Amino acid sequence: MKKITDAIIAKTSEVILGKEQQIKLALACILAKGHLLIEDLPGMGKTTLAHTLAQVLGLQFQRVQFTSDLLPADVLGVSVYDRNTANFKFHPGPIFTNVLLADEINRATPKTQSALLEVMEEAQVTIDAVTYTLPQPFFVIATQNPSSQIGTFALPESQLDRFLMRITINYPDAASERKLLQSNGGREQLAKLSPVIDAQQLQMLQSACHDIHVSDALLDYLQAILKYTRQSAQFNAGLSPRAGLSLKQCAQAWAMLDGRDHVIPEDIQSILPSVAGHRLVSNSTLTGSVDNIAQLLKSVAV
Amino acid sequence: MFNRTGVNVMASQTGTQTHISMHAIIWLLLSLSITFTLYAFNLENWVPACFIVFAIWRYLIEKNNWLYPSLWLRLPLTLAGGLAVLLTYGSLFGRDASVGLLAVMISMKLLETRTKRDFIVMVVLSYFLTVNILLFTQAIWVFLAVLLALTGLTACLISVSHQNKKIIPSPQIWKVQAKLAAKLLLQATPIMLVLFVLFPRIPGPIWGIPQDSYSGMTGLSDSMEPGNISQLSLSSKIAFRVEFKSAIPANNQLYWRGPVLWHQEGRRWQMTSDSIPLPIETLETSGVATDYTITLEPHNRNWLLMLDLPEIAASALPAEARIKHDMQVLSKEPIRTRIRYQGHSYLHYKLGAQLSERERTLALQLIEDENPKTRQLAAKWVSEKKSPTAIVEAALKMFREQEFIYTLAPPRLGKEPVDDFLFNTKRGFCEHYASSFVYLMRAAGVPARIVTGYQGGEINPNGNYLIIRQSDAHAWAEIWLQGNGWVRIDPTSAVSPDRIEMGIGAALPDSNLLPLLSRQDYPMLKHLYMNWDAVNNGWNQWVLGYDQAKQLALLKKLINKDIAWEDIGLLLVVTMIALMLFVSYLLLSNKGIALSPTNRIYQQFLKKLAKAGVPKLRHEGAINFGHRAAKALPNQAIEILEISALYSSMQYAKHQASSEKTNKETLSILKQLVKNLKIK
Repeated sequence: MKKITDAIIAKTSEVILGKEQQIKLALACILAKGHLLIEDLPGMGKTTLAHTLAQVLGLQFQRVQFTSDLLPADVLGVSVYDRNTANFKFHPGPIFTNVLLADEINRATPKTQSALLEVMEEAQVTIDAVTYTLPQPFFVIATQNPSSQIGTFALPESQLDRFLMRITINYPDAASERKLLQSNGGREQLAKLSPVIDAQQLQMLQSACHDIHVSDALLDYLQAILKYTRQSAQFNAGLSPRAGLSLKQCAQAWAMLDGRDHVIPEDIQSILPSVAGHRLVSNSTLTGSVDNIAQLLKSVAV
Repeated sequence: MFNRTGVNVMASQTGTQTHISMHAIIWLLLSLSITFTLYAFNLENWVPACFIVFAIWRYLIEKNNWLYPSLWLRLPLTLAGGLAVLLTYGSLFGRDASVGLLAVMISMKLLETRTKRDFIVMVVLSYFLTVNILLFTQAIWVFLAVLLALTGLTACLISVSHQNKKIIPSPQIWKVQAKLAAKLLLQATPIMLVLFVLFPRIPGPIWGIPQDSYSGMTGLSDSMEPGNISQLSLSSKIAFRVEFKSAIPANNQLYWRGPVLWHQEGRRWQMTSDSIPLPIETLETSGVATDYTITLEPHNRNWLLMLDLPEIAASALPAEARIKHDMQVLSKEPIRTRIRYQGHSYLHYKLGAQLSERERTLALQLIEDENPKTRQLAAKWVSEKKSPTAIVEAALKMFREQEFIYTLAPPRLGKEPVDDFLFNTKRGFCEHYASSFVYLMRAAGVPARIVTGYQGGEINPNGNYLIIRQSDAHAWAEIWLQGNGWVRIDPTSAVSPDRIEMGIGAALPDSNLLPLLSRQDYPMLKHLYMNWDAVNNGWNQWVLGYDQAKQLALLKKLINKDIAWEDIGLLLVVTMIALMLFVSYLLLSNKGIALSPTNRIYQQFLKKLAKAGVPKLRHEGAINFGHRAAKALPNQAIEILEISALYSSMQYAKHQASSEKTNKETLSILKQLVKNLKIK
């Protein structure tokens, strides 16, 4: 199993240079059957990462650029009257795919956002009283630009909660950037990329994730973290039970990527910033979410 | 109006907190209400009244968002309060005045208590005021009420401290805060007990209680006038309690000897002066001695009551007491704390076989030219050549056969009190009978004196001890007969035998004047009261009566060695430190959770590494720490990594339920690895 996941990571790293940690996190999120939110400045490779992952995992890929005039129908699909059959015929939208890249999700109106988020939760679309099931596996990789929020509709906390992870990509290091500059950019390579696994194999990996052992000692630690976020004055509100479940699933995926059959506290510590960062609202506006999580980790004994 | 802006600034600052401080205010006012209710029994009435006014005012300020009174109102109020205390008590010092001043100032401070800091100051002051009530009274119920008030104050403190946290206001919050406060007090109990047992006691009353504390005590006086014993009989206050080593003697034997009065002056009878001490009267005893222990309530006088007639072995007496020539036992200092002492008495005795000339003079002393009718009667008996015994008989016969009535409410006596009583009103209480009898005897030339004290008592079946109340106060006579010495004659028994046989309740069955508990018509109440008194008696013996002697005895029992009270201080400090260290240890050591065997071995491993200068951070996972330690100690890197990996898998990997044996093997491998790890 570790061979496969290593191969996936290696292949993706050929396109996204020097970002193994982020690739691993994104993969862990997919293995834990969650949706991914990538928050970073334009040009950091958000779209490339999403596209590469879809390619490597052998998945269908669709991309929607979110704008303020985008309507729910543009994403979900629409029923059009067919004169030949004298009937309404459903034209599926871009959402009927394995991986949907929702670019700049915060540019769309809340109406469209919520339509998408609903589908993310249910994995099905209901239009005119007919329910259409989405292909499996299905997940959304959304991106948003954190700095220029003018003319955007920021996702409220309740909707941020739908994303299992939020990651940032950050600038590449000097060596990777040199390598990138020497090549012709990732896009060309992207087209040549061959998949490592297919959708069926991915589903197998996802279910294998469930079998990663979580001991009582680890649950003690996990609960200590949850308790701390709820009792500490540092946070406005603590982590929800759903967040606790998410932490466990991500830690399992992370342990699998490390080739272990059980979760250890280090797994939780690795994924905690990405899983809890967007769910915890700090009481103080001065410290960033990264500092907050670091503080949280330091405060809870293993 | 000019400080409105100031107030508004305050309000906007505390805006979100008003809700919480309402809790704090109500807690504070409730607990202070308890405290002031207790003080209502001990301070002038206007002091609690003052509190009620300011408490309501403060509550309305909070409720209706009124303005706080300005400095120009508060300043004169404060001065007026101080002045009122000064006028009431005539001083600002002394127990009553200073506690009164504190109480008044705390009431007024309510009007300027608004910030968190104010509340904390207020609560601390209120703790002090509340505990001060114990300077006035130490009954159990007061103690319980004080505990209640302290719990309320602690809840106030909790409520104030919670103000910065967001708490959803709910009716539950009262319960939560009260529970937490009770828990805090309960946690303080061990410290309280250690302090109670070990805090060095000093013999005598609590240091520095001002003298005015004792003004309210009741008891026998050193002189007697018609009316003052019947006055005393209206009080149900307990005078003393007695535990007998053997069976309790019959009621008519229970004469508790107090002041002996010799000197007559008008209607007043007084003790002999101590300036020229008389030799102690000789005592011959017969029969079996009665041994008993008396717990005497403080009465601010010197007498120690004893069963008639005590044989005094100096060693048995409480510190520095002495015996007077007429068998009164006197302490050196007035009795201001409850004391316990042993008694050793004989019911059959012969006292003062020889009467000295001086005593004879004293025992025949009368003011001339008073009570002519009485003197005539006495002269008549003498002229009939009656013997002293016959004279006594004649006098008692007169009481018995004429229409004398025993009553708690005798009419006032005129200018010649004995004449008026014997020949006119014929209604009196024991002091009337005793004094007129002695007067008659002296007029007839028989040496006589009055003995005051208590008669009877009430058996508490729950504790098998005797309760003697102020209502049992009594006066009787002693006459001196050639050959017999001083003989006790109780003229009251001639008038009302029931008084002596069965107690005052039986002698005056219908008297509404008697205190409720001395009467016979409420058996239920009496039963309840007896239970309650047994509890009270225990409280007095073991809590209030825990003095230096008891403390030393207890410690001697515990340590099996004599210790001085200076050592107790050291013991106290050591115990307190040990207690605190223990509590800190419990708090710091993972709340005392027992470690699993795996973890215990891992802890040894961590200890070894910590000694080598690589301590594990508490938030570090085993694997991460292993890597860090391996880097720091490259020589042992392999072992460290192996141990870390093994521990981590033991802790977090899946165990097969069936492979108990392998689990044990892994454990022993881990043990071996840790044991073999040598760090140089």
